[in-house]
Amino acid sequence: MEKLLELDNLHVSFHTYGGEVKAVRGVSFTLDKGESLAIVGESGSGKSVTSKAVMRLLPNKIGSIKEGAIRFQGKDLAKATEREMEKIRGAEISMIFQDPMTSLNPTMTIGKQIMEGLRKHQNMSKSEAKERSINLLKLVGIPNPELRVDEYPHQFSGGMRQRVVIAIALACNPKVLIADEPTTALDVTIQAQILDLMRDLQDKTGTAIILITHDLGVVANLAQRVAVMYGGMVVETGTVDEIFYKPKHPYTWGLLASMPKINSESKELLAIPGTPPDLMNPPKGCPFAARCPYAMEVCVDHMPEATNVTSSHKAACWLLDERAPKVEPPEEALVGGAR
Amino acid sequence: MSVVEREKLLEVKNLKKYFPAGKKGVLKAVDDVSFDIYKGETLGLVGESGCGKSTTGRTIIRLYDATEGEVVYEGVDVHDKKSRSELKKFNRKMQMIFQDPYASLNPRMTVKDIIAEGIDIHDLAKTKKDRENRVYELLETVGLNREHANRYPHEFSGGQRQRIGIARALAVDPDFIIADEPISALDVSIQAQVVNLMMELQKERGLTYLFIAHDLSMVKHISDRVGVMYLGNIVELTTSDELYEEPLHPYTQALLSAIPVPDPELERSRERIILEGDVPSPINPPSGCRFRTRCPHAMDVCAAVKPKWQEAREGHWVACHLYDEEAVKQQN
Ligand SMILES: Nc1ncnc2c1ncn2[C@@H]1O[C@H](COP(=O)(O)OP(=O)(O)OP(=O)(O)O)[C@@H](O)[C@H]1O
Ligand SMILES: Nc1ncnc2c1ncn2[C@@H]1O[C@H](COP(=O)(O)OP(=O)(O)OP(=O)(O)O)[C@@H](O)[C@H]1O
Ligand code: SF4
Ligand code: SF4
Ligand SMILES: [Mg+2]
Ligand SMILES: [Mg+2]
Repeated sequence: MEKLLELDNLHVSFHTYGGEVKAVRGVSFTLDKGESLAIVGESGSGKSVTSKAVMRLLPNKIGSIKEGAIRFQGKDLAKATEREMEKIRGAEISMIFQDPMTSLNPTMTIGKQIMEGLRKHQNMSKSEAKERSINLLKLVGIPNPELRVDEYPHQFSGGMRQRVVIAIALACNPKVLIADEPTTALDVTIQAQILDLMRDLQDKTGTAIILITHDLGVVANLAQRVAVMYGGMVVETGTVDEIFYKPKHPYTWGLLASMPKINSESKELLAIPGTPPDLMNPPKGCPFAARCPYAMEVCVDHMPEATNVTSSHKAACWLLDERAPKVEPPEEALVGGAR
Repeated sequence: MSVVEREKLLEVKNLKKYFPAGKKGVLKAVDDVSFDIYKGETLGLVGESGCGKSTTGRTIIRLYDATEGEVVYEGVDVHDKKSRSELKKFNRKMQMIFQDPYASLNPRMTVKDIIAEGIDIHDLAKTKKDRENRVYELLETVGLNREHANRYPHEFSGGQRQRIGIARALAVDPDFIIADEPISALDVSIQAQVVNLMMELQKERGLTYLFIAHDLSMVKHISDRVGVMYLGNIVELTTSDELYEEPLHPYTQALLSAIPVPDPELERSRERIILEGDVPSPINPPSGCRFRTRCPHAMDVCAAVKPKWQEAREGHWVACHLYDEEAVKQQN
């Protein structure tokens, strides 16, 4: 079956004063219709840059796709023209950014902002678009939508603004919704409302979701599959159960072990020593080698290939090579059922 | 820690901090909050954005004047008028670590001068050499090294900057540290480094912490007891184990059930209490119980009467009419 979206060996660089920042270095993953994929990983590992590349929203001149393909329904977006992208952006693929305040225009009513896309992509009349806007506000749970549609963003609370952003993103029934840290700026009780809403909307509309987050709790809550990024690469992918219960990559172990478990007794968190690699001079071998407690000689000079663990589970680590010593994940990395 | 030998380090009594808001309005950021902190413990303070956690911390350490109420530190009211030298003594005992490791370090000062600032103010070093040695020692204590002393903050990662902030706080040998969201700006893997460091230092130096955060799982991990704030009030306070196992206040119950846990199977089977609506404004808070506009158990009495702050069980304090027999009787 053809995948809805398929990233194939994507490379993205930024040309800065100090040199070339190789932010994304060979990222591949796929997304099926109606699926939810979470991308997790260290700050600066290339999660946002990857998604901006899919939308072709990299900063002009500085940022560019060096290599690789982004196939959306068979068409390579990496080679699409700006005119072609305008038809796709907001209509077929839409994106929610982290900060709900900066992604809304403070001088425009909520209704106008939702109607913009509808008028542009779906040729709706003003009154049709307005009616659809009110329906969308109702769908995302804004009370009294008939009145609130004419209000401005500052009259909405943070949680409500994020609902509006979601309403705008969903206005044209996109096939893919990319949500970059959609709940990070929100309080937990509001986050719970938004996650509930996203799951509900996915059931109703069948939109596929790419969820970018650093919160593994949110991942466990919403995702079906997970891609773990480190140093500009995907180091492990699998179903949510495979990643949480049978993780194979030492960075994934470190990530799971450094989180406090609310139902655990252990008093020390397993911290990952050191800091992430400099992407101006990325390491030749495994990006995690400098911090990895299991690093071997081969890791430093040779990039590990993604190895199949199961048909849905892959990890890029030399430990999966048959010549490598057998290593078990640390106790602290074991979650719930795996314990 | 056993209950008997606990000695109070700090008592917060009916503390209020109001800010002027608009023409005639007042914003009641902290409104009648009372709690004690025992020597050597970590008290966690949690609650959602704007509920008054930072204001509580900042008023305790006198960055803000209290509108009303007392902060008693080892028997002395912090907010009373004091002589210069008395003030200096207080400043030395209480230190603060801030949320933003980027904004809280002066970018034009070297790490050495940032850390030594308190040493200079309190004349803790006799010679230049002595000052330098203290800085080196502090750097090593927080897991950095002496080569870092002459560098500037921008040359460090977030986690390293937060270590510099901790070294600065430790420089004057304090007894009590208020840590206001010390890890929120950091990556998960780096958060663990800083939290482990703070716990280690506490063990070595017998420090007392007020640990402010909104990440409840990290707070549970580091705290002996936890207080939960909502809209300027403390609504529940008990040991961290009891709070997580048997939360009494409906807000605490909702808050705990809202945290997504990193365990897919558990997430699939979990029942959530999803609260309706948003947190009301502290300028015009609801009458009676401030949580009543979102509380799934709200009764008539909740709008009329402010719930008492009472010890529902030993060592477990809560402000909710559900645990007040009188109020429930009135209701029926
Ligand atoms: N406009 C830019 N110019 C230069 N470098 C950039 C630019 N945008 C991003 N980068 C670099 O690209 C790398 C990847 O950044 P990205 O924003 O994708 O990280 P991320 O995984 O989303 O991190 P976070 O969790 O902090 O959001 C980083 O090293 C970052 O410094
Ligand atoms: N200096 C100030 N002047 C006026 N209002 C203030 C001031 N500081 C805080 N406030 C207000 O007081 C209330 C409590 O704020 P505070 O910063 O204590 O909340 P918090 O619990 O620390 O929130 P967060 O989790 O977002 O840091 C908020 O409504 C805030 O807007
Ligand atoms: S390839 Fe080597 S350095 Fe990289 S994660 Fe695996 S063991 Fe560690
Ligand atoms: S006092 Fe009433 S409204 Fe407040 S938390 Fe208790 S039951 Fe809910
Ligand atoms: Mg990002
Ligand atoms: Mg605060």
